[in-house]
Amino acid sequence: MTENRRLKVKDNTRPWLRGVIAALPIMLGYLPVGFAYGVLAQKAGLSTLNTMLMSMIVFAGSAQLIAVGLVANGIGPLTIILTAFVVNLRHLLFSAAIFPHLTHWRKRELAVFASELTDETFALHSTRFEREQVEKSEAFAINIVSHITWVLGGWLGVVAGQLVVEIEPLALDYVLPAMFIGLLVMQIKSRTQVWVALLAGTASVAFLLLGFNQWHVIIATMIGATFGAWIDGWTRI
Amino acid sequence: MDENLVLLTIIGMAVVTYLPRLIPLLALSGKTLPPAIVAWLRHVPPAVLAAMLLPALLFKDGELAFGSDNLFFWAAIPTFAAAILTKSLFIPVIVGMLVVIVGRLFGG
Repeated sequence: MTENRRLKVKDNTRPWLRGVIAALPIMLGYLPVGFAYGVLAQKAGLSTLNTMLMSMIVFAGSAQLIAVGLVANGIGPLTIILTAFVVNLRHLLFSAAIFPHLTHWRKRELAVFASELTDETFALHSTRFEREQVEKSEAFAINIVSHITWVLGGWLGVVAGQLVVEIEPLALDYVLPAMFIGLLVMQIKSRTQVWVALLAGTASVAFLLLGFNQWHVIIATMIGATFGAWIDGWTRI
Repeated sequence: MDENLVLLTIIGMAVVTYLPRLIPLLALSGKTLPPAIVAWLRHVPPAVLAAMLLPALLFKDGELAFGSDNLFFWAAIPTFAAAILTKSLFIPVIVGMLVVIVGRLFGG
């Protein structure tokens, strides 16, 4: 393995502030998605309290959007919970993949950290932990400001949903895809990983086309990671 | 749906969302994993990022789209270029947004 651990020279910025700055793309991306969730939750007939509560204690964008869609269609609680479970199973992979970086953390710190592990915070954390020394306060700051922005976006959707807000021309809906592009490029440290990413991405698209609607990310990731580990083992011999 | 039932649904969703986030972290805490598993886990971040990203770029309204109307796909090319050249996070985000803004201005 060609580990290229660049321990960056510490700048004087406080760790929590470094976290907030690092989380800026997530915050910018969460506002419009959170807003859309708030608008849809309101339309589905959820009370303001329940709408906000879901953003606070579930904190999972796609599952929340799917859930309000199901509520709007009169689907029952058990189906909604089961759907959320399946949609969010990919977090198992996030949690397992981030673990090697957090071996020195206390259990209660892990418990709090896990509650705010989303696609976006995981993507950011896994890249940063790999590249530099990250303080705990920095990591928690990323999670907390992302979570606050998500809740705030939902609240704005509830209170300002009636107003026609034109966000499309601002391209805010491209912040998260662009951030993922930047993070993916930072993640790739070897030629093998180029192939891992291409394989996982292609497999994900293929499984989606085949109708594996919620499972495509998990299956594709396992295929990609297995391929990468296999190549590593193979080239070592 | 009755608001109390919605509340119970939300609590149920929170539980089934939190457990997959928590269990691997807690279960593995303090343990040393076999090197083969560590090697596998090291490939998970690029794999999962690509698996989440590519459908977002290639699908439009639920279908594969490579036409000029799929701005997300075309904007990804300069965004990738900016990411590879600068190795930063903010510059590709800004490049991507600008391309989409311009594309929407002129693409109708």
